[in-house]
Amino acid sequence: MSETLHPGVAPAGAAVGPAVLAAEGLRKAYGALVAVDGVSFDVRHGEIVGLLGPNGAGKTTTINMVLGVLAPDAGRVTVEGLDLAAHRTEVLERINFAAVYSPLPGNLTVAQNLRVFGMIYGVPRLAERIEELLGQFDLTRFRDTKSGVLSSGEQTRLSLAKAVINRPRLLLLDEPTASLDPAAARDMRERIRRFATGGTGGALWTSHNMNEVVEVCDRVLFLSRGRILLEGDPRRLPAEHGKATLEELFITVAREPLSLEQG
Amino acid sequence: MISVRPGRVAAVVLRHFYLIRGSLSRVFPLFVWVGIDMVLWGFISRYLAGAGAFRFSLVTALLGAVLLWDFQARVMQGVTMAFFEDVWSRNFLNVFASPLRLSEYLGGLVLSSVATSAVGLAVMLVVAVAAFGLSYAPYGVLLAAFLLVLFLFGIALGIVGAGIVLRLGPAAEWFIWPIPAVLSPFACVFYPLATLPGWMRPVARVLPPSYVFEGMRAILAGGHPPPGALAAGAALAAADVLLACWLFRAIHRYAVRTGLIARYAAETVS
Repeated sequence: MSETLHPGVAPAGAAVGPAVLAAEGLRKAYGALVAVDGVSFDVRHGEIVGLLGPNGAGKTTTINMVLGVLAPDAGRVTVEGLDLAAHRTEVLERINFAAVYSPLPGNLTVAQNLRVFGMIYGVPRLAERIEELLGQFDLTRFRDTKSGVLSSGEQTRLSLAKAVINRPRLLLLDEPTASLDPAAARDMRERIRRFATGGTGGALWTSHNMNEVVEVCDRVLFLSRGRILLEGDPRRLPAEHGKATLEELFITVAREPLSLEQG
Repeated sequence: MISVRPGRVAAVVLRHFYLIRGSLSRVFPLFVWVGIDMVLWGFISRYLAGAGAFRFSLVTALLGAVLLWDFQARVMQGVTMAFFEDVWSRNFLNVFASPLRLSEYLGGLVLSSVATSAVGLAVMLVVAVAAFGLSYAPYGVLLAAFLLVLFLFGIALGIVGAGIVLRLGPAAEWFIWPIPAVLSPFACVFYPLATLPGWMRPVARVLPPSYVFEGMRAILAGGHPPPGALAAGAALAAADVLLACWLFRAIHRYAVRTGLIARYAAETVS
């Protein structure tokens, strides 16, 4: 590993700021299958951390544990110092998420979805906030359109609008641009980048698009077989491991993780 | 202490209101089936009343009992339908990864049911009173107690139904729809508890509706419900609501421990 992982300690090159998320020793097993095995990392204010790895590496399991919909067998998650297990509601008020596999109800309109979730997240001056988000995410003309009939790109914009409606301290994004065309994906990256750098929030981002990760993430964590194999700056990490690009490094992680562990 | 933020409860209710407001297929079931039931049982009551001499109004006895039983079923379905909307729209991850507490979520489902079952009750009363002359006057103020017991038990059944579907997956909703029909022989809607064979009576005695319908028959026969019987029914119904909430919470904990909620979003549970 290029960095030693200690929650609460900022790695070199990462944005400096207090940890908004600290995951310590997370472990989850389904019978004999260990999905996540002793994962520790942090995300700091103003920082976008990429969680990378091949399918089945444990990325979504990790995100589900941070979201509180999956209880770890061991370890703990804290958000701004609050333990998720002990302060579930208070923690979930501070975070939000968008995932390609969890669209908003298609039988509500765009505005209705934002209103319902805005109320659930206790957003002050909600009507004003909804107008702001409709404008920011170019959804104004779809205000009264059922979410289910939007294109996948429009649905992604809606999911992201919902994900930032409460101005979260921690934004969790599980392949947020997976269904977007290149132009829409770039637009979305810029919006998320602005969110992370412009406010007090941090973001944890999973993606299989390595160019996107290099463009957006301040730091990446490579997961393989439920463990963090590598961590560092996505622009420097490939060279540190003798690879030309992050994609090459990703393929090595997917195919020959042992060579990196031994290196 | 259970802390509830009214805005979050209102969000759950508002979601259901949005769905019902714009959907005829959701509005119709609120009153069509119960309306048909009133017409059917109204004619049956009228026919039987003409076939023999009774000391009490058969319309009040039969149609009145069917109306209250249907009310309880509507209350239960009000809770389960609101829950199923989240199942059908794959909304579990959005709901359960939010700050919404289980008490707020269940509270929202119950309030949604209050609204939808009130519509059903109003339609049933209009049909039964206008077309068949149903009168609940013989029951006096006890009618409110009957409705309360059935409402509480309907809520308990609805929460249990939601818990079963959370635990077993979307396909398990087919276990939920027949629950009122399965319970009805034990609830003694149309006949005294004494009619039941020995093995069925203990089951009937733990079901709050049996106290309601026994009480109704006692009044129609010119007497009063046995002292404390209705209170026992109300206490049982209240206990059932608490038990149902405990069960739902236990199933939710199981779902969080096993990853059921996360996988539910992907509909891999069947």
